[in-house]
Amino acid sequence: MPLYRPPRIAASDITPEHCFLNRRTFLAAAAGGALAAAGTPAFAEALKASPSQYKVDEKLTPEKDVTTYNNFYEFGLGKGDPAANSEKFKPTPWTIKVDGLVGKPKEFGLEELLAMPLEDRVYRMRCVEAWSMVIPWVGFPLAALLDQVEPLGDAKYVAFETIVRPEEMPGQGGYFQSLPWPYVEGLRLDEARHPLTILSVGVYGKTLPNQNGAPIRLVVPWKYGFKGIKSIVKITLTDKQPPSTWNLAAANEYGFYANVNPEVDHPRWSQASENRIGEGGFFGANRRPTLPFNGYAEEVASLYAGMDLRANF
Amino acid sequence: MASLPALPRKYHAASIWLLYAVGLVPAAYGFYLGATGMLPGNPVKEFEHLLGLWALRFLVATLAITPLRDLFGINWIRYRRALGLLAFWYVLMHFLTYMVLDQYLNFAAILTDIAKRPFITIGMAAFVMLIPLALTSNNWSIRRLGPGWVKLHRLVYVIAAAGALHFAMAVKVVALEQMIYLALVALLIAWRPIRPRFNRWKRGNNGRPQFNRA
Repeated sequence: MPLYRPPRIAASDITPEHCFLNRRTFLAAAAGGALAAAGTPAFAEALKASPSQYKVDEKLTPEKDVTTYNNFYEFGLGKGDPAANSEKFKPTPWTIKVDGLVGKPKEFGLEELLAMPLEDRVYRMRCVEAWSMVIPWVGFPLAALLDQVEPLGDAKYVAFETIVRPEEMPGQGGYFQSLPWPYVEGLRLDEARHPLTILSVGVYGKTLPNQNGAPIRLVVPWKYGFKGIKSIVKITLTDKQPPSTWNLAAANEYGFYANVNPEVDHPRWSQASENRIGEGGFFGANRRPTLPFNGYAEEVASLYAGMDLRANF
Repeated sequence: MASLPALPRKYHAASIWLLYAVGLVPAAYGFYLGATGMLPGNPVKEFEHLLGLWALRFLVATLAITPLRDLFGINWIRYRRALGLLAFWYVLMHFLTYMVLDQYLNFAAILTDIAKRPFITIGMAAFVMLIPLALTSNNWSIRRLGPGWVKLHRLVYVIAAAGALHFAMAVKVVALEQMIYLALVALLIAWRPIRPRFNRWKRGNNGRPQFNRA
């Protein structure tokens, strides 16, 4: 690990304002394929979203930290690697295929996803590594997308899959593969339909930078961050509990549910407290208690009524 | 045989002090960056990991002194004590950072960590074993302990192995970096049973041992 990695300026920060496409131009361009032809890797664009009731009343983690302190192993293992190694990644054009136990399987183009009713959501994000952030996402409820494909009665779970592009994602190539690709994740259907669960297309009012999971990712705020699968290309409704990558890698350390729970330790560290990122140097960094369900217990605890949360961690 | 220009004897002491000074630069610079808010992301963890990594590097360097002399005739034995003590200081700072900056002196949490988490148990054991070695890293102790000193200081092999293991067990995914340290430590330890035979063979070839003064 290098002694010091200079803070990377997010691509979104260096794009001059006048270069930003406005939303309408962007949609028209995307529809016409002009944007695809331009091959712009980072398509930082201001997003219009309506306010939402889901707004944590805590200090936001600075944008610089949100966009440079990331776990996205497709771009490398270091926290700065995703920001450093993702400039070749092309988030446009993009489609998500939704299939499985649904009445109307469908492929969603990015322009359709960006046209969904977007909301500003300020969520706590708790990483399984015992650090946390407060992030202003832009996104829409996953339920809105599921409604369009009409899940069948026997659909019980939702499986997600990340894109595989070793030529654009250096962590997916080379001799040492950290994880099996594609990265996969899953939710129970009721978790997926919960109003807190969103597909995010932006952060800090702009489209997602590559390192944050462009162009579209999952955000489930009461679960550990690794459930928030990035750069999604496939969503499948199923009747069996789908595999999830970290659970496959180490089943004793990462469960399928991965609900934030201060009572259930990771085998190698306590989950009772967390370090808030971006609070300054040594003496500003503060360790704070971790809340059950990451502070969303009121909204989601009922989903797990009667379940042993120690066994189903 | 590779040979380095010899360092005049009058500079030997100064070069050892220089090694101490340079060796502490990563810690000082890391602390400065962290204290002034210039370490990105999670400054405490960055600093904690930096100290641990340098501790491991100094352990590897300490163990490399003997094979360097056997294989390349470079005699840097005069730097070995400094390297070993630097490793000790870095492990101490690594532990203090964990205890004070990371855990805020929450002793209950720290004791639970040491008792319950194997990678921390192993790291802690390595730290405890380093203490007698650091305390006896002086000429007086060598005279006083006699052959017992050599025996005691063989603990460094256990410590280095524990350190590399601690590093590999601490991460979510064992990557090339951890494998390199595991391999280096394994090779350096494996050299020890080989070296008497190697040196006998070398003496047999040359008539006399050849140690160039570096």
